[in-house]
Amino acid sequence: MGGSVITRRGLVAAAAGAAALAKPAIAQGAPLRIGLMLPYSGTFAALGENITAAFEMHLAERGNRLGGRPVQIIRLDDESNPATAVQNVMRLVQRDRAEVLVGTVHSGVAMAMVQVARDRGIPLFIPNAGVGAATGQLCAPNIFRSSFTNWQPSYAAGYWLGRQGVRRAAWMTWDYAAGAEAGQGFREGLEAAGGQVVRELKLPFPETNFQPLLAQIPGLGVEAVGAFFAGGGAIQFVREYAAAGLKDRFPLTGSGFLTEGTLAGQGAAAEGMKTTLHYGDRLDIPRNIAFRAAFRARTGREADVYAVQGYDAAQMLAIGMEAVRGDLSAEREWVRAIRTARIDSPRGPMTLSPSHNPIQPMYLREARGGENVVIGTVIEALADPGTGCRMSA
Amino acid sequence: MAELATQLLNGLQYGLLLFLIASGLTLIFGVMGVINLAHGSLFMVGAYLAFWITSRGLPLWLALPAAILLGLGLGALLERFVFRRFYTREHLDQVLLTFALILLAEEARAALMGNDFHGVPVPPALDFSVPVTDAFHYSAYRLAVLAICLVVAAAMFLAIERTRLGAAVRAAAEKPEMVDLLGLDARRIHLVVFAAGTALAMLAGALAAPLYSVYPRMGDGWLIICFVVVVVGGVGSIKGAFWAALAIGVVDTLGKAYAPQVAGLAVYALMAGVLLWRPTGLFGARTA
Repeated sequence: MGGSVITRRGLVAAAAGAAALAKPAIAQGAPLRIGLMLPYSGTFAALGENITAAFEMHLAERGNRLGGRPVQIIRLDDESNPATAVQNVMRLVQRDRAEVLVGTVHSGVAMAMVQVARDRGIPLFIPNAGVGAATGQLCAPNIFRSSFTNWQPSYAAGYWLGRQGVRRAAWMTWDYAAGAEAGQGFREGLEAAGGQVVRELKLPFPETNFQPLLAQIPGLGVEAVGAFFAGGGAIQFVREYAAAGLKDRFPLTGSGFLTEGTLAGQGAAAEGMKTTLHYGDRLDIPRNIAFRAAFRARTGREADVYAVQGYDAAQMLAIGMEAVRGDLSAEREWVRAIRTARIDSPRGPMTLSPSHNPIQPMYLREARGGENVVIGTVIEALADPGTGCRMSA
Repeated sequence: MAELATQLLNGLQYGLLLFLIASGLTLIFGVMGVINLAHGSLFMVGAYLAFWITSRGLPLWLALPAAILLGLGLGALLERFVFRRFYTREHLDQVLLTFALILLAEEARAALMGNDFHGVPVPPALDFSVPVTDAFHYSAYRLAVLAICLVVAAAMFLAIERTRLGAAVRAAAEKPEMVDLLGLDARRIHLVVFAAGTALAMLAGALAAPLYSVYPRMGDGWLIICFVVVVVGGVGSIKGAFWAALAIGVVDTLGKAYAPQVAGLAVYALMAGVLLWRPTGLFGARTA
């Protein structure tokens, strides 16, 4: 239904300043074609726009040249539609001859990009999608992620609860892949800090009849509840949790996506909720303050976690390109440069795990007046275990 | 004990909402013999109507009369210009027609409202919670929905049992071939039944929106459960739909709470059991 319609927006944005080059064209100076495959329409459009704006902002900071080559951005709206995902990636690769791929938000679409990147050896930078396999079973030397795995923020949430002295907790989520990955993280984090998950309460995606599950919580003998929901589902869930009178007796926590971009809809129901994520509002480090000011000046919007991830995808690409002077055929060298880099992210210092996922700080945030204010650091540098990743080189 | 009481209340509240949707479905099936797969889409239209009205800063209470009035109008138009041509056709044709209506409704929803998942705010006056047991609270809005469903159910019983038109509808549902013999106006009965059924489904959608959010294809799950209600209660029987909806609401809720591994099967096991015992359903006069 409607799946076959492919919209294609914002064709080619020629890099500013590229035309000013008077030098004769040499192979090294040929534009580097970067294919941005992100959602520019639908539910995740705002995420795609912020990722793109911050990605382009970092390129602009480098004079729109990477490793001596001018950059050329090609945008493609993936509509967060897995059904047309392979077709869309192939378009970027074949028709637009993209040499580097950047994308995307939706995990199902990202898996199609991973598949093509693996088959063709094209560098891929994932600026959001948290599906574990991309830096797990399906990891590859040419695939990097600048965001998180679903496991990471939930691990931090469980770990934080355990450190607070919580010994028994329940876990609630939709019965789907992302929920299972987050649930595993929560359980492992809580166990690492001496607690345990005594009950998992799951409902089919995207059902919203939370009542039969919520009514069980008082009888479980738990001290707290962890959950993974995002977007509209998170709005409904957090409201129902508070309406059931559970919030004050069984504190609700989880991956920061429970309250990320949803606070306006959750209102008082979310006030005071503590969640964990690799970013948050009012993160008081100089790099972040400078980043936010620059992003505001450039776009007129406030930066968010998605902008940070887009910015860092560009930083990672730049590190690789500088190391080989724009020569992507030197794969071993550019991969090694990124893998060994210490990336100065607005979220704080960040390095990459052997499976190419960020080793990053996990912050504790509290929802206050519509913001997820950073109130502490749960783990300074958390690495995803990268289960199933076998990468030589 | 307290938890069981809460779960029974959850089941009751869910079942009453099921009844609003299933009552129209069972009458349309019983009187006209049409299997209306698009009934779940009408529920969705009602829910998106509530979302649209509240997203414009208007109160949710406006959505309830709007859902009823628009439902009556939409139902009458659908009956007069679409369904009327299909009463004498085979069930397969009817299924194809109503499946096409589902696709149309989903495409219209995508074009007009997008594919997003939206929360619908609870009316500010009812945005507080009431303890129903020591350990569990209910939002005032959820209790209000429960009360509204009970009032609508009572009004339907009165209309069906105590009015001439209601008697005609009952006659038509139990023995459709008798309608002409008795000199009843079949066309009028069909129009009324279809319009009322549509209005009820849209009202249920508008009431449900703040409790369940609105999202694409949200009517699908409800439609399937409502068919189970129709079959268990007996085709064409309002009384049957009522008791079946409550039973299924409670069984489904208890299943999700106490036997999550088999929760998906619980209502179908109930249906199989009832059909073995009474092949025409609890209050059915004839088989589907």
